[in-house]
Amino acid sequence: MISVHNLVKSFGDFTAVKDITFEVAQGEIFAFLGPNGAGKTTTIKMLTTLLRPTSGRIELDGLDPTVKQKQARQRFGIVFQDPSLDSEQTAWENMDLHGVLYHVPRKLRASRTEELLRTFELWDRKDDYVKTFSGGMKRRLEIARGFLHTPKILFLDEPTLGLDPQSRNQLWTHVKRLNEAERTTVFLTTHYMDEADRVAHRIAIMDHGSIVAQGTSTELKEQTGTDSLEDAFLALTGSSLRDEGADAKAAMRQVAKMWRR
Amino acid sequence: MGAIYILWLRELKRYVRSRVQIVVSLGQPCLYLLALGFGLGPVFRQAGHGSYLQFMAPGVVGMTVLFSSVFSGIAMLWDRQFGFLKETLVAPVSRMQIMVGRTLGGATVAVIQGTLILIICLIAGFRPHSWVAIPLAFLFVVLIAVVFAALGTAIGSIIQDMQGFQLVMNFLVMPIFFLSGALFPLANLGVVMSVITRLDPLSYGVDGLRGALIQTWQFSVAFDVALLAAIGAVFLSAGAYLFSRIEA
Repeated sequence: MISVHNLVKSFGDFTAVKDITFEVAQGEIFAFLGPNGAGKTTTIKMLTTLLRPTSGRIELDGLDPTVKQKQARQRFGIVFQDPSLDSEQTAWENMDLHGVLYHVPRKLRASRTEELLRTFELWDRKDDYVKTFSGGMKRRLEIARGFLHTPKILFLDEPTLGLDPQSRNQLWTHVKRLNEAERTTVFLTTHYMDEADRVAHRIAIMDHGSIVAQGTSTELKEQTGTDSLEDAFLALTGSSLRDEGADAKAAMRQVAKMWRR
Repeated sequence: MGAIYILWLRELKRYVRSRVQIVVSLGQPCLYLLALGFGLGPVFRQAGHGSYLQFMAPGVVGMTVLFSSVFSGIAMLWDRQFGFLKETLVAPVSRMQIMVGRTLGGATVAVIQGTLILIICLIAGFRPHSWVAIPLAFLFVVLIAVVFAALGTAIGSIIQDMQGFQLVMNFLVMPIFFLSGALFPLANLGVVMSVITRLDPLSYGVDGLRGALIQTWQFSVAFDVALLAAIGAVFLSAGAYLFSRIEA
């Protein structure tokens, strides 16, 4: 469903993604793990047509998203790392707007919105402004919205960041259920190893722009001779802190972004 | 088409729902009307130009439409900050449709604001030379709204933060307003001022409004309409181009 070959993205002198290659099969839940600044979000942005790759090949459901942009976009849904809801509109209106943008016919739009809002336990609040929602509710609404146009692939970029364990748990239960019911391929990134361990069929670990290991959770543990995914992760990426480096990179990316205009 | 409609509708809903903002944004033009219209009125009359309120009311309508439409374009900054912009940028519709929907929405809001101010002017004592002139004045309101909503979209696509916004307000929008002849006649100006005011797109909008409402033309109706339409086309193209280049 997703196939990536020798993908590279550089911002000026800085290479955020260095020659990565991976495949995700249809119906699979695939997790991307990595420390801050590893290049996960940059990769997602390239997969979702928001950034042009410097070089390499991407295929989503057999389509090159850099060429067939619109057709590719119709086929995936995305939940961004930071919120992307219109807080001045109601939950229902947010869903409706998304449905119109993704060409979902009116009747189907209404029935599917109801079904998804019920699944994600937001139906009672459908006519409330999003600005009155809690962080967990907003996240659930975004994920429900991502499923609205029955995408073949759903990208989730750190969807559980800042949520309490209850919300996280519930969120993954819903995502798993829809993954099974609709055979949606799910591509996610997270910092929570337990989530990846529980939800993902396969995992790739990224560090400094490269994929350092990929396989099932069990394979990764065997490969590193550790008994938890967290230990395997630390064994592969080292235990030095990345925050500072990541911030410098983020700042550089910002500068690069400014000057390209 | 669906995408254009839903984004247009969104702008309108946002406007109708923010009642506080409606009042606030009408407050400023009212202040101009009060302080200048009534404050400078006696001086203007002594100079032998008749009623200043009659003269500046079309200018205040033009100003309201200018501010409102440029703001709506720059409101993209908020959408960028709060992330909603990204939702529209990854949707399977062309950037052109998104840009047109947003811009028309902003222009519609500006037209409503301009109409409200015109009504306030009428209440304050402003009288057009004939009620038949209202449709022509409305045409100019629409033209001004489209021109500056497109400019707003173009600017909103470039600026990234609040500093940029301040810069645009102080060095672009305020000069456009003050140098447009909204507050003073364009006749008998020095060479420098004449050139500057003629470079200001709003001059033609205000001239059109004033011409339609009180029959005082600096230029002519055909010239104003043609020029505003041309500028509108240029700004729309620029807006579409810059919007298409946004990277989330």
